[in-house]
Amino acid sequence: MDWDWQFVWEILPTLLEGAKITVIATLLGYLLAVALGLVFAILRRSHNRLLSRPTAGVVEFVRGTPLLVQLYFLFYILPEVGITLAPLVAGVIGLGLHYATYTSEVYRAGIDNVPRGQWEAAKACNLTTRQTWRHVVLPQAIMPVIPALANYLIAMFKETPLLSAITVLELMNQARSIANYNYRYVEPITLVGVFFLVISLIAVMGVKYLERRFGSHGKRGRAAT
Amino acid sequence: MEMWLGYMRLILDGAWITIQLTVFGCAFALAVAIVAGLGRISRFATLRWLSVGYIEFFRGTSIFVQLFWIYYVLPLMGFTLTPMQAGVLALGLNVGAYGAEVVRSAIQAVDIGQKEAAVAVNLTRYQTMRHVILPQAIVIMLPTFGNNAIELLKGTAIVSLISLSDMTFQAQVVRAQTGNTAVPFITILILYFAIASVITFGVRLLERRLTRGLDGVRA
Repeated sequence: MDWDWQFVWEILPTLLEGAKITVIATLLGYLLAVALGLVFAILRRSHNRLLSRPTAGVVEFVRGTPLLVQLYFLFYILPEVGITLAPLVAGVIGLGLHYATYTSEVYRAGIDNVPRGQWEAAKACNLTTRQTWRHVVLPQAIMPVIPALANYLIAMFKETPLLSAITVLELMNQARSIANYNYRYVEPITLVGVFFLVISLIAVMGVKYLERRFGSHGKRGRAAT
Repeated sequence: MEMWLGYMRLILDGAWITIQLTVFGCAFALAVAIVAGLGRISRFATLRWLSVGYIEFFRGTSIFVQLFWIYYVLPLMGFTLTPMQAGVLALGLNVGAYGAEVVRSAIQAVDIGQKEAAVAVNLTRYQTMRHVILPQAIVIMLPTFGNNAIELLKGTAIVSLISLSDMTFQAQVVRAQTGNTAVPFITILILYFAIASVITFGVRLLERRLTRGLDGVRA
């Protein structure tokens, strides 16, 4: 095995092009996951069984099946019912939906940790359900789980290569086409690995910072109640 | 109808490959997780560093990249693997890295008094680990291991991209041959969910079995 630096410099611009798509897909997918996860978590706690039961079913099903198959589903089956999505759009929706089921569990843990007294106090102050969620429960529920949410950003980032299977030209797809074109696998695939490793390690440090910042905040908040 | 039966067989053949990958992958991941997890809290600095290096590397890079690297780059260094071997190796090493952290945190979660008691009754380090710490730590690990096993099951879908004919691969074949997308994909989604449910159920049974007799010890 030999490592060719010349080849590395040649392919770097193309790979960076792919890295850009990877980052965009990660960020958009994560926004969707964070928003949709909260909706799932709140619906699951609804007193209306027509809302809570189906939500629980959807969450369990999506969590129990592979993201790759879900992506195929969005990309190949939806067009048959008249909804044609661009590859990147299908990818972002797939990532967002899949990880929303994970973040919804995180939110759920956060919501369960809010002391009962807070709900009762809100009721005593005659707040509506909406006001209780918005001003009392969610602020206390979300703060302590921010580090756990951030972990799923890293996890999702590492799953983006799956989008190459539905023809999104992200980093892994660029690397594979370079590799197939030049019959050289070592450099492109190793570079992709290095890219993921570096970003992940930086992100892990970020999560550790968030843990110090918000984790302790959460503890203080709970101790006071 | 006749035709669909034939295609159904194809998908079930794929399901068998998926199950094999999951079982072998889990077994390998479990072994790696225990070794690396114990190495992570070893007395010997070299072992600790090796374990940390392995864990951070495999948790930090994508499973996808690892699989491709094992399948396409290792042969250039003289190790040629079948797609099945590459799949089991990649899945096992990847999930094993996550599992190692579970093993570590579970062992550290066992009450320190248990270790002190073992020292007081003059058990060796090996005996302490084998008869006192691990039986209690395993109960803590189990639920997370169950989740990891489901992650591994879902990870098996990506081996279809290195030409292993697992369930996802077969669904693609059926799609190409029949032009029908919905039937094969909905079928495999249900099958994946069924296998995941079996894992969840099995872990719950195992948990009940292993917690027997630990009632007084656990908080």
